[in-house]
Order: sequence, then structure tokens, then C-alpha cells
Amino acid sequence: MKASVIVFPGSNCDRDIQIALANSIGGPVDMVWHGETEMAKTDLIVLPGGFSFGDYLRCGAMSARSPVMREVVSRAGQGVAVLGICNGFQILLEAGLLPGALLLNAGRNFVCREVNIRVENSQTPFTNRYEQGQVLRIPVAHHDGQYFADADTLAELRARDRIAFRYCGIDGNGDAGGPDYSPANPNGSIDDIAGIFNDRKTVLGLMPHPERAADPVHGGTDGRGLLDSLVSALS
Amino acid sequence: MPNEPNITPAQVSEHGLSTDEYNTILNVMGREPNLTELGIFSVMWSEHCSYKSSKHWLKTLPTEAPWVICGPGENAGVVDIGDGKAAIFKMESHNHPSFIEPYQGAATGVGGILRDVFTMGARPIANMNALRFGAPEDPRTRHLVAGVVAGVGGYGNCVGVPTVGGEVNFDAAYNGNILVNAMTVGLADADRIFYSAAAGIGNPVVYVGSKTGRDGIHGATMASAEFDDATEEKRPTVQVGDPFTEKLLIEACLELMATDAIVAIQDMGAAGLTCSSVEMADKGGVGIDLDIDKVPQREAGMTPYEVMLSESQERMLMVLRPGAEAAAKAIFDKWQLDFAVVGRVTDTGRFIGRVNGVEVFDIPVRPLVDQSPEYQRPWVKTPAPMPLAPVTAPMAHMEALQALLGGPDLSSRRWVWEQYDNSVMANTVRKPGGDAAIVRIHGSNRGLAIATDCTPRYCLADPHQGGAQAVAEVWRNLTAVGARPLAITDCLNFGNPERPETMGQFVGCIQGMGEACRSLDFPVVSGNVSLYNETHGQAILPTPAIGGIGVLDDLERYADLALRRSDDHLLLIGESRGHLGQTIYLRQLLQRRDGPPPPVDLATERRTGDFVRSLIADGTVDTCHDLSDGGLLVAGAEMAMAGNIGLDLEGPDDPAFWFGEDQARYLLAVPGSIAASVLQQAEKSRVPARTVGRTGGQALTLNAGAPISLRELRRSHEAWLPDYMQNA
Repeated sequence: MKASVIVFPGSNCDRDIQIALANSIGGPVDMVWHGETEMAKTDLIVLPGGFSFGDYLRCGAMSARSPVMREVVSRAGQGVAVLGICNGFQILLEAGLLPGALLLNAGRNFVCREVNIRVENSQTPFTNRYEQGQVLRIPVAHHDGQYFADADTLAELRARDRIAFRYCGIDGNGDAGGPDYSPANPNGSIDDIAGIFNDRKTVLGLMPHPERAADPVHGGTDGRGLLDSLVSALS
Repeated sequence: MPNEPNITPAQVSEHGLSTDEYNTILNVMGREPNLTELGIFSVMWSEHCSYKSSKHWLKTLPTEAPWVICGPGENAGVVDIGDGKAAIFKMESHNHPSFIEPYQGAATGVGGILRDVFTMGARPIANMNALRFGAPEDPRTRHLVAGVVAGVGGYGNCVGVPTVGGEVNFDAAYNGNILVNAMTVGLADADRIFYSAAAGIGNPVVYVGSKTGRDGIHGATMASAEFDDATEEKRPTVQVGDPFTEKLLIEACLELMATDAIVAIQDMGAAGLTCSSVEMADKGGVGIDLDIDKVPQREAGMTPYEVMLSESQERMLMVLRPGAEAAAKAIFDKWQLDFAVVGRVTDTGRFIGRVNGVEVFDIPVRPLVDQSPEYQRPWVKTPAPMPLAPVTAPMAHMEALQALLGGPDLSSRRWVWEQYDNSVMANTVRKPGGDAAIVRIHGSNRGLAIATDCTPRYCLADPHQGGAQAVAEVWRNLTAVGARPLAITDCLNFGNPERPETMGQFVGCIQGMGEACRSLDFPVVSGNVSLYNETHGQAILPTPAIGGIGVLDDLERYADLALRRSDDHLLLIGESRGHLGQTIYLRQLLQRRDGPPPPVDLATERRTGDFVRSLIADGTVDTCHDLSDGGLLVAGAEMAMAGNIGLDLEGPDDPAFWFGEDQARYLLAVPGSIAASVLQQAEKSRVPARTVGRTGGQALTLNAGAPISLRELRRSHEAWLPDYMQNA
């Protein structure tokens, strides 16, 4: 399997996802500069986390207009898998590959903490290594992660099993299971949505960072399943 | 040189220069300086840049050890951490600007310290910070906390360097002068360190990064004076940061550093282009000619004076090998950063600036640096504190515990550190909230432990003990996770050094620090001094903030404070005499600030720490917490809350035992099967040790009294800061 990580000016999780993916794939991962207009054949395109273009104008808005994005949108149209993490999710929305918007967190502050997310659809290239309903513990770190969509879009997402992950409590608690009893939903996302698919389940955008829970040294490896799922599906 | 009006005494004094200092300038120049030259002298000779009050004492600190690659004097300290790698680190203050404009002041503090580290060839891998605010009741405190925390996070999060820990204190002595001390640790190949000495006559001097604007002019001078009612008017001296540009600058510089293009490199920090050029020329024993009109400028019509004194952020100065310009420019073009050849290295030993070929300043480099003033400020030794008056417990111990854990001093700082990205770079092993943070050394199974600490109330009562304690506590924090402490950086925050009492605090702290550094083999490799933290004659508490690093040889073996198992025995390591003077218990529950601080016995500190570290290194111990603010009961409660496992504690019914802050102590939790053997080993090592409790359940119990549930304890511990901030 061949994977490519797009590097925008201001991306800062590009190396992290490159390493985590390389560990899952067992081989190298290409880095592609945002200014490129062509891309070698690839099975997976990743838009990494970070602050591309400094979040100026609107998170992800400028990156969505980078030269390479024309190619990304075209490949996505051909069914190539595209994964957007955090800022990458914001870029996918701005590029029109996923619906809805990511607003300033309801708490108005940047939030970095471990959260629980429930796997809502395990029948996809991104989630086949998880059980339906499995709860994962993965960090979030963002300032603008409050997912919002209008009622029609939400209904569509639900009806087509396009909600990938929801923030949730554990052990029947409504909180995130942390020592401070903070709410399960860290940013006020509508319907507790942490990640969504496109209709074909070939594009995933999510706020949590699976690459930061992919190695025992991180204190948890729940994120690795997402990357391993892609390897299973795309190899 | 264009004709300019004569310098007036008023101009000299506006530039913060004394008459004596101005006379030295006349001597050095052999003529009257023009205004630009006066400006250059004033920033170079400001307290902030010249260390004129502190230099004499800083020289007494130990700076060497076999593992030190580069001590103070460069942009940051460099320490060999094995496997061909070096850690590069420093802590720096951004106090004055952060009080005036908290968001930008704190943000640019982070930006500045990051540049000090990547200038030397390191990729920054961790940020820490030590923040001190006024009393919670002070009307400005909330606004300052909110702004500083957002600024620290806003900058660090965007550049993608994890902020892995720090400290936050409140005290009325900081009402008019908050402290924002930021630390960065970077990782480099030990044989690829970059220095700042310019070399190679004729080599190009290159400017990269952001354009120069009018912001931050006189920042260094502002940071070298007390505050008064006109402080608000100093807002224009605060720089504005752009972390996005900084991120690009890091990547571009590291990309260029992988080639052999760079001869010397220096970031533009305090006093901007002036300080960086002069330091590079002085260190290399050469001259530098600058074409000021070639400097990329953000606005039209800037005078040479403004260009030379601007403290615009995200700029670097480099000397390149001849012929390397084109390749270097291509890298900066890719990252969309300005790149301009702005001058040449010369053999004249002079610092000369021209605008369109016309000379606008000409200063000999050596005397500009060497003849900067150095003062032996008069000082008086801080009088020894009066003995502690008798202490009667004001309430039951468990009630006291709850009050302390839910109060401003010891409550959870989660509200702060959740605003900092602590896991970007995917190498964070131990997050904020422990004794020391741990980050993995990229690509290895080894780790760096990082801690910052200082107990200013101890320093006020007894500067010597307080200085020693700050160093010892950082050493202890690193030891408590199992790391081998290597070296420290210091950030010395004090009031007006022209007051003999304040200077006495400075001298006492330095002497105590030096003693501790020597005894613990823990040299100072970098640092920063911030004086004049004073408003209307009210000085801050003496605050020598210490940041230390240590190395963990095996990430399989480190300790954490969270209890891991039920039925573990809780062992108290170190001697408890029940020292209550200057404790949090006294201060918060009895509103008393009397008595001497706990004495620091450095031989005991070392023996105890070495013992604990050896137990962690050989895999015997995985749960450890050092005792500090609040003493034994607070430390036990912190371990229980972190691990979500209860504790039954037993010991004398004496507040001094449970809340005393005796030094060189640790709590270990070990399985019952090995507790006896650990106690025996302690005895063999001449380290006092005793069992003080047993883990289990979901509550904290003291001497079989009424239990407090962990849930209740955590609620009060977690609530104070968010509740306080919500009332903003």
C-alpha cells in the first residue's frame, strides 16, 4: 500500500502521522508539498493536523485552495481514500469533500485532552479493525473543533451511516472519564460528532489524533486500529 | 555622517543611560555619538542586554561538567545526552511586556525562547513555563491569567511544539509585576551545533524571516526599568508575534542547517538587529558592515534608528559561506520568508551602518561590548528570619487537606494546561501534572525529563536557602521520575537592584543556587536575568526560577505519581522533622508567613535522591512522588487522585508531620511483597524510611478517621481554577 501525506505551510502533525502510518504499513510514506500540481499514484492521501497558513482567514480555508488540492479532490472523486485529521478535517470541509463546518469550541478555549470516542460504523476502510460500538481513548488538541451541520445534513449523515465517531462517556458515565469529570463532548459538537465519512466511506475527517495514540509510549494504542484498518483495506 | 543636532542630556536620560555611562560612550567614540549610535549604545548597555548589575555574581555559578558541550554565553546551553545527541535548552523571562499586553507578551516570550534554541541547530521538542500572578483578589489577575495562558498556548500550539509542564503561582507581591518565564528544550546531533561567532572576511551577512517594523522599539530598555503610572503608555514597546512565520522559520532554518551553508547564526531577540550583529561580530573578533536600506521593512520611511532598535519578531541573522546565497535563498523562497543579503563581515573591527551608501553609524565593536558597564551594586545580607512562633492546628487534618487542595496554591492547574497542546510531535510520555514531564528522544527508547521549580516565599524569608531549595527541588523532581539530572537553566526575577536589600536577595539566591549546583553536579548552562520587577517601590518576591533536564536511559523504567495498584505499601523516604516555617499550611490556613524556610541539606538530598533513582532504574519502584508544597498529606492525596485509588494513612497526630515541608523526601508505593526489602535497602543506604499507609478503596483515610471520597477530593481540587476564571 502506498500512502501520501500532504505538507502545508504550518502543518505540524505531518511527521507524526507519517511515522505512525509507516509503522502500520511497514514501509515508507511519501510527503507531498502543497505546491505540487501532480502526485504519484497513491492509495491513501492524508491531510495532517496543524495550523496550515496559521489558521489565518479561517481554519483550512487557504489550504483548501493550495495547488495540490485540485489533485486531492480529483483523486477523492476516483475513490482514493482520503483521511483528514484535525486541521486536515477542517481542510476537507473547506474543500467541499465533506459537509458541515467546524466552529470555535463551545468553551472558547483551545482544548487538549484525552477523550472517548465510540466507533459508529465499523464497516469502512478506516474502521474495519474496530468492533461496532467500541470505545477508543484518543487525544484531541484543537481550538476550532465544534462540528456543526444543518438539520438536513445531519439527517443525511445519520441515515447513511456517515457518522464515524461520537464523543462518549465510559462505564455509563456521562463524562469523559478523566479525573476532572469534564464533559464527554470536549467542544460542543452537534450530536457529539467527532468524525464523519463521505457517502462512499472513502473520505474520513475527524478531530481526534489517532497518530498520538499509536505507540505504547503514548500511554495507549487505540488510534493504531484506524491506521491498521486502512492497511487491511488498501493493501 | 549626516549632520544631526547635538545629543542633549534629556536624550541621554530618556535612553536609560547615566551621565557616567554617557561619558564612557564619548570616550569610546572619541566624539559625540549621533542619535542612532546613542540608541545602539543604550540597548547594548541596558540591564536586559548587558547584565550590568548581575554579571559579577553570575560568574560565581558553576557552569561546567563533563557532559556540558556549551555553557552560558551562547543563545542556549548545550548538554551531551548520549547516543550522539545533544539537548539544547534555556529559560527566559518576558515579564514586563506580558503585564502590559498579556497575550502578545507571553506569545512572543515563547517565540523568543524557541528561536534561541533552534538557532543552535536543535529542533525544539518541548516547552515549559513558569507563571506567577498577583493575588486572585486583585482585579487584574483574571485578565492577566487568561491572556498569558492563551498567549503561551496560541504560540506554542501553532508552531507545533508540545507544552509539557510548568507552574502557576499567585501572590500579592506580583500584583504589579507578573512573571512569565518560558523554557524550550531542543534536540540536535551533538556534532551539528551552530554558534554565533561571525567569521570569514567578506562573507555575506544575511537577514531572514519576517520584515522589520516599528514594533518593540526600546523593549529592552523598558524591561530594564520599574513600572509606574505611565506603564500603560508602554504598550507600543510590546512586540506582536506570528507563530505561523516562526514555524516556517524553524523548518527553513533546519533545512538550511542540513547543508554546509551556515558559518554563524543568531536570532534577533532583545535589541533586534543591533544586538545580533554586535554579538556575532564581537564573538568572531571581526567587524560588520550593514546596508540598512537592504533590510526588509514592513513600513515605509523607517529611520535607521528604528530599523536598528526594532524588536520585530521571527527574524534571524546569519553569516553564510561565500557562494551559498542562491541555494540558501531557494530554501527561504520555498517557505515564503524574506531573505536578504544585508551586509558583509569585515576586518575593521567596526560596526558600520549605511543607508544608500551613506554612513549613518560607526562604532568600534570591542568596546561597545567590553566597556559596557559592570556594577558592583551595594547589597545587604537579608536578615535571618525570626524563629517560628508556636503553631496550633486550626482545624482537623482532613479538613485542612481539603482546604489546601481546593485553594489557589495547590488546586489543579488543568484549566491552564489543557489549553496547551501537550502531545503534538507524538513523543510525550508523561504529560503535565506529574513531578517532571518526560518526552521521548525521537527515534529511540530513551527519554528526557524536564522540570521547572522555585519557591519564592522561601527565597524571601532566606534567599540563600531558597536559592538552594529551588535547585534541589528541580533535581528532586527529575529524580522522582527516575531521570539522571544533567543541568539547569535559570531565570532570575528580582526587583530593583539599585536597592541594597533587593541586591542582597539576588546575591543570597545566587550563593544558595551555586552551592546546590556544586553539591548535586548540576551546572547552570544558560539563563536570563530580569530585574526591576517593581511597581511603586513594591518589589516581587525574589524568584530564581530553575528549569532542569535529566535523561532516562530506558523508557520502560520510569516512575509516575499515580497509584497503580491496591494493597501497595506507601513508604515515606527521607527524614521528617516537621518543619512548618514558611509552609503553605501556615500561609493559607493561618495567614502566617513566619519562621525560616525548611533547611536544605545537600548531602542528604543527594544520598536520598540517588537511593530513590536506583530503585526506579532497577525496576523495583514505578510509583513515586516528591514532597514539596503542602507536605506529606497533600502528596499522598495527589497520588491517590491521579491513580484513582484510595489510601489509608497512619502516623502521628501532628500537623507538622502531615503538612511540614521538610526537604529531600519522596513517597513510594510498592507491592507489600517487597516493602520490607526496600526499607532494608534504605537503612543500608543511610536513608530514613517508614511505612505511612496502604493503597486501596476509593477514599482517603487518616488514622482510621472519617474517610473522604476521592470523588469529593477531586471535585474540590479541580474546581478552584475553572470557577475562578469563569467569574471573569
